[in-house]
Amino acid sequence: MSGSEKHNITLVVNGEKQMVNVESRALLHDVLRRDLGLVGVHAGCEHGVCGACTIHIDGKSARACLTLAVQIDGSKVDTVEGLADGTKLHPIQEAFWRCNGLQCGFCTPGMLMRVSEFLEINPNPTRDEAREAIASNICRCTGYQHIVDSVMEAAGRLRGEEWSATAGIPATELRDTVKETL
Amino acid sequence: MKPPKFEFFRATSVQDAVAALNEFGDGARILAGGHSLVPMMNLRLARPTHLIDITRIPGLDQVEERSDGVVIGAAARHCDVEHSEIANRVCPLLPEALKLVAHETIRNRGTVCGNLAHADPRSELPAVALALDAVFTIAGVSGERQVPASEFFLGPFMTAVGPAEMLVSVKFPAIAKSAGYAIAEFARTHGNYALAGAASLIETDASGAVTRATVSLFGLSSRPLRATKAEKTLLGKIATAEIVEQAATAALEGVECSEDMHGSADYRAKIGRVYAARVINSAIARANAGENK
Repeated sequence: MSGSEKHNITLVVNGEKQMVNVESRALLHDVLRRDLGLVGVHAGCEHGVCGACTIHIDGKSARACLTLAVQIDGSKVDTVEGLADGTKLHPIQEAFWRCNGLQCGFCTPGMLMRVSEFLEINPNPTRDEAREAIASNICRCTGYQHIVDSVMEAAGRLRGEEWSATAGIPATELRDTVKETL
Repeated sequence: MKPPKFEFFRATSVQDAVAALNEFGDGARILAGGHSLVPMMNLRLARPTHLIDITRIPGLDQVEERSDGVVIGAAARHCDVEHSEIANRVCPLLPEALKLVAHETIRNRGTVCGNLAHADPRSELPAVALALDAVFTIAGVSGERQVPASEFFLGPFMTAVGPAEMLVSVKFPAIAKSAGYAIAEFARTHGNYALAGAASLIETDASGAVTRATVSLFGLSSRPLRATKAEKTLLGKIATAEIVEQAATAALEGVECSEDMHGSADYRAKIGRVYAARVINSAIARANAGENK
């Protein structure tokens, strides 16, 4: 048993080992945002309801705002920053882009982290299952329809299927077009 | 929305945790998954001076089979129990109830014992513990004691766990293969706390007469309740639609329903009656169909 005001903890964040000195009361999302600069971890309701701060702890989705950083010393943490491969979007991110799965974008990091866990567990979901899977995350813009579309598209893409005709402009082409017009 | 200051201690054994509770006094609280306590701290509804982390106590996260049930350690998370082969085989009502507890993301971190010790009157698991006559093991400086579910839930957020004690484990008795069980709730949105809900366990004999009936209610009142009048109505009878309706009505007799912005007492009582009837019907259908036979 040991007790002190501040603690040195080690986390493996997005594959990189990080040592941070945290207060007992430091919540994980604050440590990720302030100490490690990972501002993709959004602080929403800060009492576990909205899901904007959803990250992965040791491979499972979790609310960063309900997690005391000191309690998970030694754990592996994954945030939305670890999803893309450089500038190449993760298929789930691209699906959200193509299907207008976001508007203001505040809920998006949490949604993406929740969906990435869900599609690992259930690679071939029904729309109802997709809807239930994101029930833990609140979006106040989209009305959820396009998020469910995005989840279904992402699931297909992760199974190796082509984008469906309704899935909008391919991200790479859009980027090239933007480059050309600049 | 940040927790107030406190000191963090990591306990290495149950004895260590209990000693710490004793040393630090009234301000000390046990921390497991933190999914009830931390939101209360963020909202400043709770201001513990010391948190004693029990999640790394060796063996405390186990879900173990006993001859007469399944024992769930204080650090076992909802998801561990929900997906436990033992829990699904020995006490399938428990995993079924867990699917109603918040969302997968919350169940990844929250613990079963934490939920029970928090004793939210709207929570599913206390009602399951009541319906199944679960047994709680509580540790204090002078050793361990066992408390039946009927004596565990004292009021809203109040349990038999004393200030210098901790809940070490809970044993859910095995459900007989021939028994039927069910849990159902009405919540405004998926994953929310229930406005009203019920759980039931029913055994019938070869003639279809009810030989054992337990019904419990949650969300209605200041604590989970055993609907003993409903149980008496069912016992020894062939559960016709009429008997089930009588039992559901009896379940709500004398229950003082709470009232809040989500529903009046009268509304809660009506919903509670509907859900009591629903779980009794489902449990009977399962018992008769021999789903488990």
